[in-house]
Amino acid sequence: MAVPKICGIETEFGIAHTGTEDSNPITASSLLINSYLSEVERTGEGGPASGVSWDFEDEMPGNDIRGIAPLGSLAPEIETHLVNAVLTNGARYYVDHAHPELSTPECSNALDVTRYDKAGELILMRSMESAARVLPRGQELVVYKNNSDGKGNSYGCHENYLMARTTPFSQIVVHATAHLVTRQIFTGSGKVGSEAPGLTTAEVPFQITQRADFFEEEVGLETTLKRPIINTRDEPHADARLYRRLHVITGDANMSEVATFLKVGTTAIVLAMVEDNVLPREFRFRTPVPAMRQVSYDLSLAKTLELADGTTATPLEIQWDLLDQARKYADSHGLDAVGGPVGDMVIDRWEQVLAGLEADPMTLARQLDWVAKYQLIRGLSQRHDLRPDDARLAALDLQYHDLRPERSVAARVGLEALVPAGDARAAISEPPPDTRAYFRGQCLKRWASSIVAANWDSIVFDVGDEPLRRVPMMEPARGTAEHVHDLLADCDTAADLLRRLADPSSR
Amino acid sequence: MAEREQIKKPAPQREQSDVEDAPAVSGQGEELKAELDELLDEIDEVLESNAEDFVKSYIQKGGQ
Repeated sequence: MAVPKICGIETEFGIAHTGTEDSNPITASSLLINSYLSEVERTGEGGPASGVSWDFEDEMPGNDIRGIAPLGSLAPEIETHLVNAVLTNGARYYVDHAHPELSTPECSNALDVTRYDKAGELILMRSMESAARVLPRGQELVVYKNNSDGKGNSYGCHENYLMARTTPFSQIVVHATAHLVTRQIFTGSGKVGSEAPGLTTAEVPFQITQRADFFEEEVGLETTLKRPIINTRDEPHADARLYRRLHVITGDANMSEVATFLKVGTTAIVLAMVEDNVLPREFRFRTPVPAMRQVSYDLSLAKTLELADGTTATPLEIQWDLLDQARKYADSHGLDAVGGPVGDMVIDRWEQVLAGLEADPMTLARQLDWVAKYQLIRGLSQRHDLRPDDARLAALDLQYHDLRPERSVAARVGLEALVPAGDARAAISEPPPDTRAYFRGQCLKRWASSIVAANWDSIVFDVGDEPLRRVPMMEPARGTAEHVHDLLADCDTAADLLRRLADPSSR
Repeated sequence: MAEREQIKKPAPQREQSDVEDAPAVSGQGEELKAELDELLDEIDEVLESNAEDFVKSYIQKGGQ
């Protein structure tokens, strides 16, 4: 049986510092995050842990799943000196590559990921407000949840999925590529123009995704240059004998909750099916990298993709086939690995969206970002008789992703919500109950002053008279409320907790 | 467990079309059009007033 598809999203946000000529994105990102952290500490709401910083002990982003680091490949660098906080909801909030970045806590299902993604937006909104209180009058930090500046610079929205180490990597490559290339028809956030070399806005006035222009390889280790469709970073943040973590870098950041939910939910199901070896048909593209762009550029969704076996298929045909397999899989294996009932929700919504795309994509303007954006771009073009390269269209594209409520275009298009507003607010400070993020979050809530550092798979405690103590959390599905709620409730201090953990008979 | 209904759709029979071919708005009644018009009014209000400068100044460093 597939291992639980524990999953999460890490989003790099765009940031603009307005009202000054003298802006630096790293300083701006640090200011944004530090303003939030101070505010939270001051008000005591949802707090991070004062002084609790990220622990880099186990970071090895240069490790390659294929076992070798290819010559000339650039292993990502870790910037340890920049602000890097752990929040009580189990998330990580930090500066990465000149962008503010937020990683959701580990979640057991796509609906929880959507909830924590939404909470992440609220955290960024509060950060902008906090920064406004410390900046000189007339200056502002503005955050965009998008993936490109329209000038060839891209920043990512990555997903992570827990996989069994025993799953053959070659099988992951084949089936994940088929899904990642074709899921773009519902995961895309839409973009005016193209940033691929040699293409102009006249040739590609509008495309389905933000990211497709930036992929150059089929499989590889890089994330910032020569980006691959399948990333081979082998850094499980868990017991490496049992697990790997598939790091998916192709996706767009979504404003639409339905898009986020489907992006994560369908991918988790496809990966569970790969793990249980139930997919009968391999869709190998003749040329995967051009296929990625072809899908993104084809708003008609009707162009066929060439397969290596000489046949062809449209993205919709491949998606219908994967959905078909998912239904069979639900019957034969159940969907416990992807959140049980949430898995059923994913399948129903997947079908509804594919049917909508097939009948008329424009019927999904409240569900999918690219459709919502395209409808506005087309409407504005017609209303003002604009050429495809008019700056007003590019401005509308950017502003769709502006997180300021008074400016956000996405907030005005009536996108369907899946997460009740109160649940998203609670998720700013409460960890999910059913992964190790629960243990991390609860410890930070209760004993922040006894914690010196934390990361995905451990917490380092300092209880004064003893040496620092690292508590490992190598099993992402342990440390849940079910496992540790009573234990935590029985402990008054961090020292109590460490004593209980050291003595198995008292657990 | 009861057999689920298989919803496999037949392959869409469409003509090949070019990149710039856009999906047609179908079934868009007057009501929907009015709704979109209202939305566009609102968008016109909130859009950055100097689109050219705004777009030009939005430059990000590449990330992951």
